[in-house]
Amino acid sequence: MNDGMTLRGGWNVEYNYAVGTTGKKFFDALIEKKIIAPKCSKCGLVMLPPRSFCERCFVPAEEWVEVGREGTIQAFTIVPVKFESLPEPPYAIAYVLLDGADTALVNFIRKVDLSDLGAAAKKLSIGKRVRVVFEKRRKGTINDFHYELIETGQARRQRSKK
Amino acid sequence: MNEIDAVVYSMGPSEFLGVNEPDKWCVDAVGGRDKPFMRIHTGGATGLSAAQAGFHHVAAGLFDAVLVVGADKVRECKDSQQVLNTIWDPLYERQFGLTTITMAAFQAVRHMHLYGTKEEQMALVAVRSWGNALNNPVAHLKGHITVDDVMMSPYYCWPVKKYDMCPSSAGGAAIVIVSGKKAMKLSTRPAWIRGCGEVANTVFLGDQMGGRAQMDFADSDVLAMAATAAYRQAGIRNPVKEIQVAELYAPFTVCELSMVEALGFCRKGESGRLNEEGFFNMNGEIAVNPSGGTLCANAIAITALARVCDGALQVMGKAPPKMQVKNVRNAVCTGEGGSFQFHAVMVLSADYY
Repeated sequence: MNDGMTLRGGWNVEYNYAVGTTGKKFFDALIEKKIIAPKCSKCGLVMLPPRSFCERCFVPAEEWVEVGREGTIQAFTIVPVKFESLPEPPYAIAYVLLDGADTALVNFIRKVDLSDLGAAAKKLSIGKRVRVVFEKRRKGTINDFHYELIETGQARRQRSKK
Repeated sequence: MNEIDAVVYSMGPSEFLGVNEPDKWCVDAVGGRDKPFMRIHTGGATGLSAAQAGFHHVAAGLFDAVLVVGADKVRECKDSQQVLNTIWDPLYERQFGLTTITMAAFQAVRHMHLYGTKEEQMALVAVRSWGNALNNPVAHLKGHITVDDVMMSPYYCWPVKKYDMCPSSAGGAAIVIVSGKKAMKLSTRPAWIRGCGEVANTVFLGDQMGGRAQMDFADSDVLAMAATAAYRQAGIRNPVKEIQVAELYAPFTVCELSMVEALGFCRKGESGRLNEEGFFNMNGEIAVNPSGGTLCANAIAITALARVCDGALQVMGKAPPKMQVKNVRNAVCTGEGGSFQFHAVMVLSADYY
């Protein structure tokens, strides 16, 4: 890193992060393959990630609603390089506005060919529809699900079923 | 040091240094012993928040002279993005490898989507910054680079490439803020602090895109709020006509495009084109980052303070010869911290009124 002498060192501190009652309710629902979100009693804002109060109205959000298992990409990126302690590249992540929610939630987008970044970025453009795919074994964490792109034909079929 | 009444220490996250409570270590080095001493921390905005804290102490009449000072050594951290990942929520977001680079990528894809901004237009920000930095003896990165060089540099988080990003730097900065009376005794041409604004935004990125978002992550609307407050105090009605220099905390190329729009230099979505036309060049309408800015040196804790230093030198006519912009009456300096969350603005002027 430089020409001078250096002394190698590091911090390794472990934590037990409190999930809290709001988080527990959200994560318990994930185990049941449901994404639920608190709704503001005043302005009706449906918030993800879940929180115990509405920042805009500054009132408790005690009502919960189930949001849809499909949504729309609002922002995305593809990471092709390795960062210390971060996921193995390449990976794609996106903020998705799930149907029925008012704020976007980030997660991985899986099953996209990331070998050509430009081509992958076109596939993942803002406005594209994705579905929530739950993992087979769920542990009550945010990694219990991920997103996958809905191919146009598939979306039409699913809509016609309704 | 006898004339310094108090010290404001500009220190952001200490994890880059790997030394906890670095302010504690630096009391003696900055002459803070036996004096009131405080640390200010708003992430990347730290330096500008510290300058404002110093200003407010003097403006309130508590002190005649306050030293605002700090240092950082981001280069000693093996991978600063490992640290920056921890600024995201451990329950809901950290797992997805979020970093400040992914954050810039999210802003870039939204700016591209909303306004048709091109990767080449972002690249040109780096080209201009690196060129300006050639005139700055203390810039970390500098050189004649081309849009092609930036476009050919590797992607770190699509569409953000290596040369779209700031470096991990080491550096220090200091300013002395004194009362008006003292300033007139000490200098025939001081830099006058004419306006300050500082506004915080929500921590949730996903609240700023689509749905019922009150502002868009592509835009720096919170910076616009801070700038409006600072301009009002400074009596600036037409920033393009009245401001000659902008020293901005823009750690990624897209940030600068978004920020010049928020600062009222042009309308939303116009910055990419105006940049191509030379609007923000050294001899353009407003010289943006004559120093090379954050893209050419980022010692996080003091980067925004360096913006204030460079802005002050410009209005005092004391910038390094080729870096000095001609006839500077007003300079605007900014700081940005957290997940584009804390925005601070300071207007410096050659004129008292």
